[in-house]
Amino acid sequence: MTKEATQTDAQVKNKKPVSKKVDPYEGKNIKIVKDATCTFCGCVCDDMELTVDVDEHRILKAKKACVLGRAWFYEHKVDTRPGVLIDGKEATFQEGVEAAAQILIDAKFPTTYGMSDSTCESQRVTVEIMDTINGNIDTTTSVCHGPSGMAFQGVGESTATLGEVKNRADLVIYWGGNPAESHPRHFTRYAVTPKGMYIPNGKKDRTVVLVDVRRTPSTPVADIFMQVKPGKDFEVLWALRALVKGKKIANDIEKQTGVSREVLDDLVDRMKNCQFGVLFFGMGLTMTRGRHFNSGALLSLAADLNEFTHFVAKPVRGHGNVTGADNVVSWQTGYPFGVNFNRGYPRFNPGEFTTTDVLSRGEADAAMIIASDPASNFPKAAIEHMKKIPIISLDTKDTVTSSIAKVRFAVSTYGINTGGTVYRMDDVPITLRPAFESTYPGDQEVLEAIRDRVKKLLSGKKARVAA
Amino acid sequence: MAETMILVPGRSQSQGTSLNEGKLEDEYKRVTSTAELNEKDMQRLKLKDGDKIKLKSDVGQTVVTCKGKKHEDLPLGMIFIPYGPPSSELMASDTAGTGMPLSKHMEVKVTKVK
Ligand code: SF4
Repeated sequence: MTKEATQTDAQVKNKKPVSKKVDPYEGKNIKIVKDATCTFCGCVCDDMELTVDVDEHRILKAKKACVLGRAWFYEHKVDTRPGVLIDGKEATFQEGVEAAAQILIDAKFPTTYGMSDSTCESQRVTVEIMDTINGNIDTTTSVCHGPSGMAFQGVGESTATLGEVKNRADLVIYWGGNPAESHPRHFTRYAVTPKGMYIPNGKKDRTVVLVDVRRTPSTPVADIFMQVKPGKDFEVLWALRALVKGKKIANDIEKQTGVSREVLDDLVDRMKNCQFGVLFFGMGLTMTRGRHFNSGALLSLAADLNEFTHFVAKPVRGHGNVTGADNVVSWQTGYPFGVNFNRGYPRFNPGEFTTTDVLSRGEADAAMIIASDPASNFPKAAIEHMKKIPIISLDTKDTVTSSIAKVRFAVSTYGINTGGTVYRMDDVPITLRPAFESTYPGDQEVLEAIRDRVKKLLSGKKARVAA
Repeated sequence: MAETMILVPGRSQSQGTSLNEGKLEDEYKRVTSTAELNEKDMQRLKLKDGDKIKLKSDVGQTVVTCKGKKHEDLPLGMIFIPYGPPSSELMASDTAGTGMPLSKHMEVKVTKVK
């Protein structure tokens, strides 16, 4: 009789199960991609370790990714939707390219928008298409940090990389943003908790200040929370500038802004006496009353503080390659967004050539939308106009915009299926390491085919030039 | 009676994760049509979690579900909603020559939907 067979039922019940390591991936064709990049938000974390099921074309595990990054990696699986639709009907790739090229060259005021979830290589082709047809070019920057882009031109930028912030910043101020929910690893990878060369104890060596109109999940991270009345950021920033310069400010500052004189004095003291200060600013500044004046006031405050110590300011950018869009459009046209080639040379004018305006005023008569969904998040007047004009859409998932498009391309996902270059929010370029192949082409491939067809149709000539 | 409040649309974690599932999916629609109000405002307006409210601006209107936030977390008179189609419905298209519509500080009239 074996030993096991002599055990009573009670003994069997009490016996702890022998822990046997179960391989969750047994029988699967697994590939590990090290140092992969998450392109969901502007943090562009490039330290991901992806466990990929090669046969099922999906990511099973994304080590080091935050909750948003995990959703990004896990939800981009292989799709079964048709690759190309024209007027809602399935079509071939060539037919899609032909239809898109025709729309673009027939239009008097073709515009393009999006691009911030697309590689720099694709962005470059997009600019080339719009240059060829004398079109209008704009990116999601115009409804994100576009006002900051205007302020940079007016005020300048005292800047640094996130690596410098990690290694040196002992005073970190977040103004008008909620990174805990929008850029979860901004705190842990770059600016608050990591230990750095001159910040040996991580968070203990830094003072973190958060400025916002409401408490958010980011608030508990801060040592000091400064709550500003909605729409009063400019006034607070201007008061801080005055105090930094030793000037008087209004006695009723607290009544006006919700922030007391004591809190302002304390912050000024900390700003002037830190070793390396940084102001990270979000859309709480650019999307509210004051817009570019708010960003300009903050950039000026950072510049003023350099009389006393080292101080930098950086916008916290949303989409994975929105910073790349600014860089590519700038190096190709001289301007970051809201650029028009209608006269045969680039002109920059926010408010005139930015997408909300060209759509709401009913000026654009065709639009190519790349990896973006303005039909769901633009003002009503713009959306109404989009429904009246031919739209070409390139997107990884169906959206409201793709559902109203005349020509709709399903494309693969950058960083997951296709390689290329993206810029982190601090203008550092990063190379992508894709995880698995998609059945759809990348947007670069689609755009290059449209560009080639457009050039062929124009037979080497440029499109008409506006009078 | 309608009361005027300040609507502040913004990002939230559930908006970010549901976005990845797809913007046409139910979860994204649910998240972007849930508005947070100060619990004291909710009491005053005789609202409880899950009630429907109508938000009306100069350019449009939308109906969303409301959810109370602690008094210390959201100032009186302010409504927070994750960005999405309902918040766009209320956004004016004037950009004051910047390209940026006022998307974070909108005056809206709030009424309970019976
Ligand atoms: S912080 Fe941003 S880039 Fe980094 S893992 Fe999260 S979503 Fe991805």
